[in-house]
Amino acid sequence: MEPSKNIGPILRIKDLKKSFGDNHVLNGFTLELFEGENLVLMGKSGSGKSVMIRCLVGLMQPDEGSLEIMGKDISKLEQKEFNELRTQLGFLFQGSALYDSMTVRENLEFPMRQQNKTEEESLKLVLEALDSVGLRDAIDLMPEELSGGMKRRIALARAIILKPKIIIYDEPTTGLDPITAKEIIQLMRNIQQNYKTSSLIITHDVDCARVISNRMILLIDGINYAEGTFEELSVNKDEKIQAFFK
Amino acid sequence: MMSKMLKRMITSIQIQNTLKSFFTEIGELSYFAGRFFKEVFTRPFEFKELLRQCYKMGNRSLFLVGITGFILGLVFTLQSRPTLLEFGAQSWMPSMVSISIVREIGPVIIALICAGKISSGIGAELGSMRVTEQIDAMEVSGTNPFKYLVVTKIMAATLMIPLLIIFGDAIALFGSALVENLKGDVSFQLYFNKVFDAIEFSDILPATVKSFFFGFAIGLVGSFKGYNCTKGTVGVGEASNSAVVYTSMLLFIIDFIAVFVTDIFFEI
Repeated sequence: MEPSKNIGPILRIKDLKKSFGDNHVLNGFTLELFEGENLVLMGKSGSGKSVMIRCLVGLMQPDEGSLEIMGKDISKLEQKEFNELRTQLGFLFQGSALYDSMTVRENLEFPMRQQNKTEEESLKLVLEALDSVGLRDAIDLMPEELSGGMKRRIALARAIILKPKIIIYDEPTTGLDPITAKEIIQLMRNIQQNYKTSSLIITHDVDCARVISNRMILLIDGINYAEGTFEELSVNKDEKIQAFFK
Repeated sequence: MMSKMLKRMITSIQIQNTLKSFFTEIGELSYFAGRFFKEVFTRPFEFKELLRQCYKMGNRSLFLVGITGFILGLVFTLQSRPTLLEFGAQSWMPSMVSISIVREIGPVIIALICAGKISSGIGAELGSMRVTEQIDAMEVSGTNPFKYLVVTKIMAATLMIPLLIIFGDAIALFGSALVENLKGDVSFQLYFNKVFDAIEFSDILPATVKSFFFGFAIGLVGSFKGYNCTKGTVGVGEASNSAVVYTSMLLFIIDFIAVFVTDIFFEI
């Protein structure tokens, strides 16, 4: 699916600033994500990538700047409205963040708790999501019974269960072996095609960025230092940019 | 001279910092309790999770509380028996044991046991959920994790601890009756007749009321420590450990206040 830039960004971050004491993590970071786009954000550890997405999903308050999701400024929303908007966001956590005390099915049903769905409807959506990640048989397993790659797949299934418009991936391939990482990248592509989602992907993995990105942003010193396609950035002569592709 | 002054200054600063962090903690705990009272009366109510927590805390603590209560009654009677025999007052055993257990020893000992099991369990569970981003995942999915995790746990502890204490008291009295039956040839019927003659409303009501406060303290401190856990896996251990320490301290403070208030209303 080609990104559509005609109808404005589905997600917009403008002049985002966040500091922790004297440590200025974000110094006016700006980002626009368009419908159907896979935008990869790369930056060194501690460069503020995670802080940015935590601000975006409301887990952290920014010091300055505006955050708009589907045209709505999240700072102006009531908690209830924001929670409704959050159902349009899928989030894949770096460590999967599956609920230990629940089965795979309960994990996947959890985001549907406020949706007033019948048991049959819930089960249908759970099976559909599990089919998308190829793990239908794991429905009754506990997270402790799953391998790292399976956990990541189940977390991905949970992220897409409500058919969100935007999926945010926080280091989706970190900690996985190369083969499993490739499988996850392939799954991300399939999901993007099948569910017509827009994706914001935070990663260190150059292979992942190469395969999946329509556009990339390099976050250096708290600002978007460089922006472009993978091909454009990979041949850029700037030392700071080249450091990511070596 | 300078060195002494410097030492005094450092000590003074250390005391100031300790006091500051102590009062900050008290303030944060009060805010946390305030948030609980705000959220507990607002929709949606998490009945299913509340029932699950009640089962988890109540049913899974029965054995531990039962064993503790049984040994408590048994040992208390065995230890008191020689002294009462010396004064020819062994017939007072049922009333002495029952009043002591129902009023004071039963609630406090069982609440302390539950602080070790339930409060530390809540601290560890919420702490590990915090450091593995499970609480964040709940929040991102549009669920209020405070309501789902904290409110249900505090409510469950508040409801279950009094029941566990009543159960523990009953088992303790059974343990005591067993000793009297084996060593003193007192029938169970006679023993329990004497127990129910001795216990009055003024013994049961304050003990039951304070056991609700014990339950609230156990749920509150465990949840507070776990929910605000930081510093990764080390923090989970600290949250679990400090949940037990703070809860135990708070239980004694509540007990002191409860005895003081009971004395005003019932003249112990």
